Amino acid sequence: MTLQTTSHTFLGMPPFPEAARAALANTQQRRNLAHATATIRGKRALVVGEVERWEELRVAGADAKDEALHHLPHYLEQLEENLTARGATVHWARDAEEANRIVVDLVRATGSDEVVKVKSMATQEIELNEALEAAGISAWETDLAELIVQLGHDRPSHILVPAIHRNRAEIREIFLREMGTVGRAAPEDLTSEPARLAEAARLHLREKFLRARVAVSGANFAIADTGTLVVVESEGNGRMCLTLPQTLISVVGVEKVLPTFADLGTMMQLLPRSSTGERMNPYTSMWTGVHEGDGPQDVHVVLLDNGRSAVLEDELGRQALRCIRCSACLNVCPVYERTGGHAYGSVYPGPIGAVLNPQLRGTSSPIDKSLPYASSLCGACFEACPVRIDIPALLVDLRTKVVDEASGRSPEAASMRATAWMFGDHRRLEAAQRASTLAGRLLGGRSLRSIPGLGAWTQARDVPNPPRETFRQWWARTHGDDEEAGS
Amino acid sequence: MSAREEILSRLRTATADIITQPGARGEVPVIGVASPGPEQTLELFAENVADYRASVTRCRPDEVGQAVAAALVRARAHVLLVPDGVDATWVEPLRDSGIRVVRDEGLTADQLDGIDAVVTASRVGIATTGTIVLDHADDQGRRALTLVPDQHVCVIRADQVVHDVPDAVAMLDPVRALTWISGPSATSDIELDRVEGVHGPRTLDVVIVS
Amino acid sequence: MTTGPTVALFATCFNDTMWPDAPRAVVTLLERLGCRVVFPREQTCCGQMFTNTGYADEAVPLVRRFVDVLGGYDHVVAPSGSCVGSVREQHPWLARRAGDEGLATASEDVGTRVHELSEFLVDVLGVTDVGASFPHRVTYHPTCHSLRMLHVGDKPLRLLREVRGIDLVDLPAATECCGFGGTFAVKNADTSIAMGADKARHVRDTGAEVLVAGDNSCLAHIGGMLRRQRAGVRIMHLAEVLASTEGAR
Repeated sequence: MTLQTTSHTFLGMPPFPEAARAALANTQQRRNLAHATATIRGKRALVVGEVERWEELRVAGADAKDEALHHLPHYLEQLEENLTARGATVHWARDAEEANRIVVDLVRATGSDEVVKVKSMATQEIELNEALEAAGISAWETDLAELIVQLGHDRPSHILVPAIHRNRAEIREIFLREMGTVGRAAPEDLTSEPARLAEAARLHLREKFLRARVAVSGANFAIADTGTLVVVESEGNGRMCLTLPQTLISVVGVEKVLPTFADLGTMMQLLPRSSTGERMNPYTSMWTGVHEGDGPQDVHVVLLDNGRSAVLEDELGRQALRCIRCSACLNVCPVYERTGGHAYGSVYPGPIGAVLNPQLRGTSSPIDKSLPYASSLCGACFEACPVRIDIPALLVDLRTKVVDEASGRSPEAASMRATAWMFGDHRRLEAAQRASTLAGRLLGGRSLRSIPGLGAWTQARDVPNPPRETFRQWWARTHGDDEEAGS
Repeated sequence: MSAREEILSRLRTATADIITQPGARGEVPVIGVASPGPEQTLELFAENVADYRASVTRCRPDEVGQAVAAALVRARAHVLLVPDGVDATWVEPLRDSGIRVVRDEGLTADQLDGIDAVVTASRVGIATTGTIVLDHADDQGRRALTLVPDQHVCVIRADQVVHDVPDAVAMLDPVRALTWISGPSATSDIELDRVEGVHGPRTLDVVIVS
Repeated sequence: MTTGPTVALFATCFNDTMWPDAPRAVVTLLERLGCRVVFPREQTCCGQMFTNTGYADEAVPLVRRFVDVLGGYDHVVAPSGSCVGSVREQHPWLARRAGDEGLATASEDVGTRVHELSEFLVDVLGVTDVGASFPHRVTYHPTCHSLRMLHVGDKPLRLLREVRGIDLVDLPAATECCGFGGTFAVKNADTSIAMGADKARHVRDTGAEVLVAGDNSCLAHIGGMLRRQRAGVRIMHLAEVLASTEGAR
């Protein structure tokens, strides 16, 4: 059997501005992204608009996640107890390596050399596929977009639609070229019509579903008070994986826990509408341990930390753990729309990635140092977030961490200190303004095209000329020096 | 220290600033739309189910068999799977139709793949979203039965339809396996355009009985 | 004639130094509406650039200065949604981060009295017709911080609709960020320019002579692109249009 080679890792990514420059030059990708994000934005706006009490739902969603996060040890122990009582085996993994080892061992114990996979961010994050491949186990991604990414030897660029950067023509090419190398080939007369492409995926994957003995999934929610795991999906590949194999291994980030089953009344309204812009996604599976005579009889849950406990420590930053991976923030982000997801150097791209990655991984690498700055702070993400994560505030907070870690040694820090000193007293500001108005008078009506040191600004933008008179000079001239000398 | 102990200890340290007790937020708020009346709820349900391109038939209890037969004929199904708990009258009219009725005698996935359609009851319907929830009781069968065959004919009684999502959640037994179905299998993975029909049943017929 | 409230003008450093026409227009407009305008000279900057670039420590003295200089007034008005947003949303956070709870409380208190121009006109003075006249084709860009931090909603548009002679046209994709974002414009210049290019295209598509917004920083960015493209579209601050009496009889 051929081993699938999946995504290249994100190690050694350049900082965001550099990666973004390359992405911006890819006009095909920009067209694909602009089209796709505009489509989903429109759909989301429509179905969110239908819900009169949307703001109340957002607050309830944030509260439910906060309740779980604030008392995470309590709810995890409750979850474990209920899962165990219902026949599941619970494992704990401190980091990616430990989680991968647990999964590899569990698969080996079944004697199977392949697993079918439900799309899962947690397993992407820990690079489980690579670990399975290293152990001689094929991991078949079964979500259509994940399949496109895997067959294309590509990397995911979106949380919900990892192949959002590909259009139908590119997908057809990938299917024709690659499907036959790992299983049932695509029909020779395959067109780029989405329905035909979906049909090709159905045929290609069906043989894998029918013979699979082991499945690996994540979970959208893990309900503490019942031990129920929830997977929200569209295609039915999730149901196939969660139902047909004998063994099911679910890798679940510790932040996925929800206190009670009743919280689903909130979450099942927030997630589909925010995510795919549907009133409800086609399929949601809920299972509670082992169901006798129905579905997998060997059920495992791997509870994963991998940096989450460190994120939880930060009083402000911990709200990022509320994230339910809906990707609404990506779809509304003007930066993401133009750069795509690869520039973020992680399986978590977009605004949530810009806050989550530096928190999960720390800010030592160039990419993680640059991510908090990969935003114009326009606030569209916060507005769209169904669990009210204040992403702009978190970005600003992370920027202070990046600056603090640099200990003031950069030229930028020196210039910031100098400017702050100038603003520290209005007389210093006024002195600086005299230099600026002098320049304004010297320039007269001529416009500035380039100023040394301002190249990044002037490559596409003219610089405004400084005025001949500042506001406070005008005020002193017309209203007098005394602040109380109004008209 | 075991991984379990270490993670729990890290999480305790991380939340040391929290002074509230678990459950301090009180009851989970129920945020949903109240039913304006049973008939409006039912109409909304039918409308939203149809919106996902599932076919919707409304009929009286004594007409279920005909509705099921009609759905099977539309989809040109030849082999129908019937879970044991399904009302016998629903498949009665099929006796001389040429459609073969099979029972679940521990069918394998491969055997299920050779079956065209399945007919089941359901547990609850949600009007605002057009969702049907199965709890896989005897009249619905184990999960694979409503997954592998390409057509699912799902019968729901009018009194099983609730108005909004929280109403449904309150009625469900989490100890059972649950499958929420909103229209046929679909994907938005190609340019974010919705396409019906991937791995789950590509044809969903919903029969509302009142 | 002074019949209205006394208003302390917070000019903002950027407007004061680079775009004095905007705060001057605020003075003209508010005086025309009967307010008594004062300009406390000790004011400098809200510190937003420092805060948003990660230099929180540099911003804290400016929070203190803001409270000291402007905290005594019942109404503080600024011609910048972004600076007002920083004062309201970021000042208390900066103070708390520095461990100064007293300053945090004080800045929360001042924040309730600081208004972006359109908020002050509509919410405090209760006017939408400010007696302006501006016979030109205009399109309005709602800047992000006015829209999503301050939630000014359609207040600027309500004010513009009452301007005599104005031909106000809708800006396509109006609520999308122009790509300025403070130091984002230089740190991520390529992305910033890509966003600005789309905004400039939407502006040109309206056929407007004048692009109006409540923040000169965003206008400098979009205007800089329009000017480089020789698009022939002028930029003006909302205050300037509202202060205008051009063509009035």
